[in-house]
Amino acid sequence: MKPGRSRFLLGVLCFGFAFLYVPIILMMVYSFNYSKLVPVWGGFSTRWYTTLLESEEVWAAAALSLKIALLNATFATLLGTLAGIALARIHRFRARTLFTGMISAPLVMPEVITGLSLLLLFITLNQQIGWPAQRGISTITIAHITFSMAYVAIIIQSRLAGTAQDLEEAALDLGAKPFRVLWDITLPQLTPGMAAGWLLAFTLSLDDLVIASFVSGPGATTLPMLIYSRIRLGLRPDINALATLIILTVTIGVLIAGWLMIRQQRANQQATH
Amino acid sequence: MTQDASYPWRQPDATPFISIKNLSKQFGSFTAVDDISLDIYKGELFGLLGGSGCGKTTLLRMLAGFETPTSGSIFIDGAEMTQVPPYERPVNMMFQSYALFPHMTVEKNIAYGLKRDGVGRSEITDRVADILKMVELSDFGKRKPNQLSGGQRQRVALARALVKRPKVLLLDEPLAALDKRLREQTQFELMNIQDQTGVTFVVVTHDQEEAMTLSTRIAVMDAGKFMQIGEPAEIYENPATQFIANFIGSANFLPVTLIDKNQSTVQLQHEPSQKVFTAATDHKSPESELTTGQQSTMVLRPEKILIDKTPLTDCQNQLAGVVKEVAYLGKLSTYRVQTEIGITFEVTAPNQIRSQGIGHRIDWDDPVHIGWNDNSAVLLQS
Repeated sequence: MKPGRSRFLLGVLCFGFAFLYVPIILMMVYSFNYSKLVPVWGGFSTRWYTTLLESEEVWAAAALSLKIALLNATFATLLGTLAGIALARIHRFRARTLFTGMISAPLVMPEVITGLSLLLLFITLNQQIGWPAQRGISTITIAHITFSMAYVAIIIQSRLAGTAQDLEEAALDLGAKPFRVLWDITLPQLTPGMAAGWLLAFTLSLDDLVIASFVSGPGATTLPMLIYSRIRLGLRPDINALATLIILTVTIGVLIAGWLMIRQQRANQQATH
Repeated sequence: MTQDASYPWRQPDATPFISIKNLSKQFGSFTAVDDISLDIYKGELFGLLGGSGCGKTTLLRMLAGFETPTSGSIFIDGAEMTQVPPYERPVNMMFQSYALFPHMTVEKNIAYGLKRDGVGRSEITDRVADILKMVELSDFGKRKPNQLSGGQRQRVALARALVKRPKVLLLDEPLAALDKRLREQTQFELMNIQDQTGVTFVVVTHDQEEAMTLSTRIAVMDAGKFMQIGEPAEIYENPATQFIANFIGSANFLPVTLIDKNQSTVQLQHEPSQKVFTAATDHKSPESELTTGQQSTMVLRPEKILIDKTPLTDCQNQLAGVVKEVAYLGKLSTYRVQTEIGITFEVTAPNQIRSQGIGHRIDWDDPVHIGWNDNSAVLLQS
């Protein structure tokens, strides 16, 4: 390759990455800005972090978000794992293709539609059976489980589709009853996938603004909802600090999930060779 | 007749150990196994041989209980097994992929089946140690499967299947994943272990040499049916059809018409060339059923044909020809000879003399004579 051309490609690459990451880095830098005016640099300071940590509103929203994210991740992993196993392993399963398609529908469905339809569901349920009496943490959690279990199911299904059924058959052959096989052989194989799914579900829930806004009720404000409502009142430096913290949390989660999935892929390759 | 004790299938009144009756398996409109019946006797090392898609693996999986037959039944040691789930059958299987549990050590892999049977802890330890010793892996008990070589994994898989002392051990292409040298060595190990344990083995393979070496009897399968069942030598020397003659070893086919027949020999004519050949009849082959004027095929194994530069005066049947191709394989050479009757014969001959080429050795385009005796050919009705 000519040096001129490679320099051009390198330039394009740098521009691309700059476009993606410079705003985030700038925001992180400005979260340490002393000045109250966001775009004006007034010297280094951590005062906005202090302000942030002193705000009860922020603490409440963060606690709610974390609670929802934890509940969501746990239930979505449970349900998604069961769905994934069913889709990958039950052979005489009528309309399997239909179910496989339906489980991945939430991934491509616009969030506004998911949110709106769930809201309508909750309202109808409230009218018909009186539950949920009030929208809040429970409705947000249910809504989050609905879409994040689809991600888990797909991770689990692809993990199982990648491994031959030999192991399970070998266990059956050695005298293990089907439930025992699930417990002894299938689930241990799935732990990395389940952990990755849990982390993914956790970050998805932590990030979500649209669906939560639809199905939330009075008094239940998640962290993204709080940020959004504050930004509408104007840019404030403490939001920069909050966003920086969220980005750090999510990045760590995504990195761990990615690492787990790579490890699982390697294990898959080893098992098949 | 004492020797017949080790050949129970030769005795008409012997009790079969595994009895398969009119077994069929359909996947949708595809028939994988088509109405087959088979008796396997205690202590046999039975080979199921066939190309891919012939139904041999489906048959094995039905024996293991992973597939439910569409119709027919399976009996093992007198008990009906057709609807029994795999975890309740006195049968264990060694998988082609070995299917070792990657998250368990070698010891735990082997102990797994015993634990499921509720065997006591100390007995498990003893039996695992014994079987590890038998497969010569005593030092590897604490390793995980991915820390073992291919040959070691194969032996762990064998130990895991054998430790439960099954009535029948099913082996799905047990040697396919090993390289050639290891495969040959392992063949003999398998035979030894089968001998020591006395367990009835059913081996699925696509490799005809492997089937010939290992098996007491072979069933050749094609399109879900048995083409022939018999001892290796029987199948090789008396193939029932051209398909089998070609599938097991290689063979030359000569279309002929029977023109004369007496007590011990038949005269056969290759019509395009009017050349006449002699073949002996014996009680085992279908020659005796042939009638004059009937079309048949002479099947000649390449190693049963002699080849020389001078006429072969000792042979009842002779043809002149020209060597078209020579493949030198070290211990023997394979020649393709274009004969006077227009048919190309494949002939193999041992390289007995260490010649340096020129003169003695048969080479490309040499005029040669090939010949065979009257008891060398098999006649098949066509």
